[in-house]
This record gives sequence, structure tokens and C-alpha cells, in this order.
Amino acid sequence: MHRSLVSISDLTDEDITELMELSRVFFEVNSRDIPKVPALRGKTVATLFFENSTRTRLSFELAATRLSADVLTFTLASSSVSKGESLRDTAETIESLGADLIVMRHFSSGSVQLVSSWLDIPLVNAGDGAHEHPTQALLDAVTIMDHFEAGKRLDGIEVAIIGDVLHSRVARSNVQLLSRLGARVTLVGPPALLPTDLSLWPVKVSNSLEEVLPLCDVIYLLRIQSERFSESLMPSLAEFSKDFALTHDRLGRAKKTAIVMHPGPIIRGVEITAEVADSPQSLIRKQVSNGVGVRMAVLYWLFGAYQGRLESIW
Amino acid sequence: MAPENGSSSGHSYSMASVVMTGTDVKRVLSRIAHEVVEHNRGCTELVVVGLQTGGVWIAEELCNALLEIATFPCALGSLDVSLYRDDHALRPLIKSSSTDVPVSVKGETVLLVDDVLFTGRTVRAALEAILGFGRPKAIQLAVMVDRGHRELPIRPDYVGKNLPTSRSEMVEVTRQGVRILKEVGNAS
Repeated sequence: MHRSLVSISDLTDEDITELMELSRVFFEVNSRDIPKVPALRGKTVATLFFENSTRTRLSFELAATRLSADVLTFTLASSSVSKGESLRDTAETIESLGADLIVMRHFSSGSVQLVSSWLDIPLVNAGDGAHEHPTQALLDAVTIMDHFEAGKRLDGIEVAIIGDVLHSRVARSNVQLLSRLGARVTLVGPPALLPTDLSLWPVKVSNSLEEVLPLCDVIYLLRIQSERFSESLMPSLAEFSKDFALTHDRLGRAKKTAIVMHPGPIIRGVEITAEVADSPQSLIRKQVSNGVGVRMAVLYWLFGAYQGRLESIW
Repeated sequence: MAPENGSSSGHSYSMASVVMTGTDVKRVLSRIAHEVVEHNRGCTELVVVGLQTGGVWIAEELCNALLEIATFPCALGSLDVSLYRDDHALRPLIKSSSTDVPVSVKGETVLLVDDVLFTGRTVRAALEAILGFGRPKAIQLAVMVDRGHRELPIRPDYVGKNLPTSRSEMVEVTRQGVRILKEVGNAS
């Protein structure tokens, strides 16, 4: 039976620990002179992106390449979707071509789950609407863990996720994963950009960045996803920035040991100033470089090469 | 559990015979160290790399012995070859085993060290793995036990003991000695 990674809730605690351990194995591989291993030689990984992406698609493609898999790239603009081919037919075509695994991004929440129910090969969710982006959460967790040398858990670490939580799949995956690992998560933003019912989320909520800032170890900023706004949720970006952008002054009121993270793309001057993005406290570029190793771990793990099933072999 | 041993958690083994004692193992390590020095005159640096997991402690001991007698510097490393095996889908990475090659192997001599040489597939994978770190001047192979049954054209440069075995047997190498275990039945 194949497994897919659609949501953080697909993973057991043991799976999460395995993926973290495996990620570190691939960080070591990526530090070598020749950062490439033959582990997935002969496998084909297809990237199926219905939405624009820079780092996620490149990161998955680089991860697959470094595992010696072959990569098929689907881009919406040049595909037959423009001729009216359905999502199901497109996905089934890619499976029929011989892809062994599909990495998929789509603007609709739930679409990756739906496609995985039609296919016999594993899928990795690279972001579906405002639902989830599990590999982003995995790479964020491992980045925080390694920075604070926290071992296998994030107990006691205070994380503030700031900005447009409403449209953020990154926030949804991170809230689940970071809180399962023991971190305490606070969502910060104007009421209009926070989901209305947060009673079931394992989080605290605040509308004041100034109050939360001095307490947190991780300052996690989100991009304002203007392209998803169906109505006017706030007066202007300038209005948002005035209260919620991380500026040099504000960062000065946070702990000296606090780190700044962002899933990208960053919009300098809106949620973060250029000075903060490039400051020594910023781990934004570390997140990107860790992303490759984490995605190598996910691909390798989904191909079943690492399930911890020692008893079934030899 | 070293894959080359042909060991299986799905099989039960009973102790059959002790073929080397702890003292024998020590003596062999010392002898191999001298052979390594003899064969590597003029070497600028020797990188001693133990294969996970059974070769790691042997590489450590060998490196210590070499540091006492060698005229060239020696560095110690370890290599997990799981990602390089041609049968990877059947085997997981060994948990918590790791790769650590702390010095550049470019232009240096690498000595791969394992406990048991069996089919040769681990060594083939190790050759590919070590080449990922750069191009060494030469790669040599030291094993405590050569038990035969080679499936690839690989031969060791230094052998502790040649030990004819049947495929169903398992060879166990520790600091306390070398034992041959016979399969008594399939437990799974």
C-alpha cells in the first residue's frame, strides 16, 4: 500500500521523529563535495504545480535530482489544462506516463487529497489552497530544533505566527506540527486576517504584536496573500505594516536570542523590513537550504526505503 | 547488525564455534596496522573509514594502532552506505548510524574497514559513496573476516582471517572475538 503526505495529521509521532532524523542524514549528504546519492535511481518524480512557486518547486526538483530520481515538470501555462483537460485526466496521464510519485500544488484546499484517492502512486502536498503545506512545517521544525539544539522536541519554545493566518496553509501545518512537538504557538494578526473559529486550534491568539514580541523565541512572519482576498479585509497594506510589520525597532524589543523566520516569498516593506530580513537573527535563508534536505527525506521515506521496519528484512 | 553477515532478525541462531578470541583480534589488528604502514610508505595522509555499523569500532582500533607506529598522519571517519546499496528498497537506513568524513579525501589514500567481507555489495556501495567526497589517490580495504561467497569482483588488501562458511551461517565480530553462528530455524 502506498502512503501520501497530504497533511501533518497523516504522520504519527514516530513518523515525525524518523523524518527529522532522516533530514539530518540528507543535510550531511548536501554538505559533501558531490551532494548526490543513487538512492532513488530509476524512479520518476513528477512536479504538478497549478500555482506559481519558486522555492518549493525548485526545492523538490533539486531534492529528487540529488536522490538520482528523474524529474518530470508540469507547468500550468504550457499544459493541456488550457485546452480543457480536467484535473483527474491530467493526474492520471502523469501516472500513466510512469511517474512513481507526484509532488502537487493547487489553489484549491483538499485537491491533493482528492487526486491521491484517484491514483495508485504516492502524492506529496506542496501546498493546497489554504489547507496545508506539510513539508514547509517539517523544514521549519527541524530548523528551529537545530538552532536551539533542542533534540527531538520543541518543549517550552514560544512561537509567534504573525500576519495573514486566514489564508495561510503554512500556518495550518505549522500550528499542528510545532504544537505536537511541544512548542507553544501564538497567532498574531488583525482580527480580519485570523480565522474566525480558533477554539479547536492548540494556540493562543493576540491582536497585538507589541505584547507578544518580548515573549517569543521564534518570530514567524507570513506573507499577506493579497491574491486570495475576495473582499477588502483591511484598509491597506500600509495600515497592516504600521501594526504588524517586523521592523528593526520592534526586533530590538524581542529577546536577543529570538530568531526570525518566514516561509517566503518575503515582501520587503510589508510584513518585514529589508534590514530585519538580512539581520543575523533571520533564519530565512537557512529555511530554504534546509528545505532541500527535508524534501529528500520525505521523498526517500515515501518510497518506503525507510520505514523502520527492521524485522521484515534480512 | 551488519548486513554483510547475512544475519536476520527473522532467523534464530545458536552458537556454534569460537574461531578467534579477544586476544587473537587484538593481535590481528596490530598485524594489519603494520601491513598498512608497510604498504603505504610515502603516504601523505591515510583516511581510515569504518563502514557502519560493524566496521566502525575496528576502524577506531586500527587508527589508534596506526597512530603509534605510522610515519604519516591518520584521520578517522565512518560511512553509512544505505543510500548507495542496489537493494535499498529492501533495507532501511540503520537508525542513528551516520556518515562522518572529517577530512578531504582528495588526493589522499583511503582505507575502508569492515568487520566481515561477504558478497562484496556493501564494499561496492562504499566505493561509490567515498567517491562522492572527492577523488582519492587510492582506496584500500581491510576486513577482520573474509567469509567468501563473493558476488562482485572485490578483494581485500588486508585480511584478519579467511573463514570458509556456508551462506546460512552468520559471522559475529566483536572485541571479545569472532564466532560462527548456525541457523537453527526461521522464527518469523
